[in-house]
Amino acid sequence: MLAKTKKSEKKRLLFESLYRLSVIFSGLILFIIIIFIFASGFPALKEYGFFEMILNKEWSPNATDPQFGLLYMVLATIISTLLSLLIAIPIGVLSAAYLSKMAPKKIKKTIMFFVEILAGIPSVIYGFFILKTLVKIIYDNGKYIEGVSGNSMLAAIAVLALMSLPTIITVSVTSLDAINKSYDEASYALGANTIQTIFKVDLRAARLGIMSAIVLGAGKVIGETMAVMLVSGNAINFPGNLLEPVRTLTSNIATEMAYASGLHQSALYATGIILFILIMILNYILLVVIKRGGTSDA
Amino acid sequence: MEDIFTIRDLNLYYGKNHALKNMDIALKKNKVTALIGPSGCGKSTFLRCLNRMNDLIENCTITGQIIYDNDNINVEKYNVIELRKKVGMVFQKPNPFPMSIYENVIYGPKCQGLTDKAILDELVEDSLKKAALWDEVKDRLNTSALSLSGGQQQRLCIARTIAMDPDVILMDEPTSALDPISTKKIEELMETLKNNYTIVIVTHSMQQAARISDYTAFFLMGEIVEYDLTDIIFSNPAQQQTEDYVTGRFG
Ligand SMILES: Nc1ncnc2c1ncn2[C@@H]1O[C@H](COP(=O)(O)OP(=O)(O)OP(=O)(O)O)[C@@H](O)[C@H]1O
Ligand SMILES: [Mg+2]
Repeated sequence: MLAKTKKSEKKRLLFESLYRLSVIFSGLILFIIIIFIFASGFPALKEYGFFEMILNKEWSPNATDPQFGLLYMVLATIISTLLSLLIAIPIGVLSAAYLSKMAPKKIKKTIMFFVEILAGIPSVIYGFFILKTLVKIIYDNGKYIEGVSGNSMLAAIAVLALMSLPTIITVSVTSLDAINKSYDEASYALGANTIQTIFKVDLRAARLGIMSAIVLGAGKVIGETMAVMLVSGNAINFPGNLLEPVRTLTSNIATEMAYASGLHQSALYATGIILFILIMILNYILLVVIKRGGTSDA
Repeated sequence: MEDIFTIRDLNLYYGKNHALKNMDIALKKNKVTALIGPSGCGKSTFLRCLNRMNDLIENCTITGQIIYDNDNINVEKYNVIELRKKVGMVFQKPNPFPMSIYENVIYGPKCQGLTDKAILDELVEDSLKKAALWDEVKDRLNTSALSLSGGQQQRLCIARTIAMDPDVILMDEPTSALDPISTKKIEELMETLKNNYTIVIVTHSMQQAARISDYTAFFLMGEIVEYDLTDIIFSNPAQQQTEDYVTGRFG
């Protein structure tokens, strides 16, 4: 008996140190990555200044007087991220509510099967799909307008919204399924209808899970590179017209890193730093929203 | 005496499982009726027929008539929302919403479109008083209902049901998850509630059934074996099975 407890105690200690090691390891890697990117981007930031980089709209790294302004790309990234989330969040959450709370079991099972497959396919496929559909439609209908070539911010937004939907839906459905069935019963027993039950009880009770669905979706959207490059046109424009091409921060890095050197290369790392800061801000905002939601009730 | 529910030839199937068999019973208005019987005999299932909660269960078929207020409620087109406004339900496990105490009480009325703050305030106070909870929570109406004790939560659930001003309150083992003191409080509460409401209560406690009910129905394997005045069921039942059960000699 005593020997047994000693053994299990040893086991516990072993696993505890294993957990601790893996946490330290992943933390260390993250730390190294951050140091590396900041060190590599530092020369450009020092030469041009952080604010000069994000406020200057001119990006011409190969000119005799090279410019490294990221303003248009920062704006394109922010706008396309926000607009695609604005589309994907309501559609995703409402679909999840339908699947979890209204759909007959068979229909739910069938749809979830496909949604889970969609969540797993590479995002380039979504880019390809939009390229052959929306981009073509825009081109066919707008090719006589100057600046319209099909590849556009609208197409990029469509790709981002589409590829984040399966993630938002699956995580939301999981959290809606997990809330206590007795809440639903109480609500119906008090004379509420399905819509009232979903909006007043279910979505509130599953709020934290749905928020993490949104955070995951947002993370996918802001980091997406290839699929966006495929349909965005990748030209540096002020993102004022949905039908014209734009370039995002991630695309900028992916497009030019292969041949960049010297200050140009450093400027691309600086692009990464700015992207990093943007992601931090986005996560911070979402966290504040979650916290506020968390204290107002429950 | 007036009947509030008249059930005729009620049969219920969960898929192929015949859970309620040929039930005929009339429940008296403004009385407390207790449903007793061993586990799995269909008490909860029967109770849930009275406010059509079984609608939520896929593959559940119900035949026969359930007459409430001169209308058969066991027909597709009967307005369940209207029914549930009049026939409230308190569950075995206290299940307040993860919201404030105040919001819990006004949930039902708000779903019916009541928004006037003054009326809602009054309703909250009135309902909590009727549920004997007001004095304990009046200073913290905006704190989460989940911070209450189990017994308080159950009284909140009763207050929430009372706020709808129902005719009937269905209770499925409302005290089985509670300590003796909370149980006593809720039993006393039922004593006062029975003047204004019809109460149908499922219970596993013979003492509770004997203490609080006017009528008792004994269920066994999906059938109603005997239904009579509580005094008769406990002192001089017609069926041997009933006597065995209430005296604890069962099984
Ligand atoms: N949702 C359901 N789906 C399928 N079968 C069910 C469901 N609920 C109950 N049953 C079955 O119906 C029968 C009656 O169950 P019910 O819950 O009404 O019993 P009960 O008398 O309330 O028991 P207890 O005293 O344990 O609460 C049981 O055989 C049970 O397995
Ligand atoms: Mg039961």
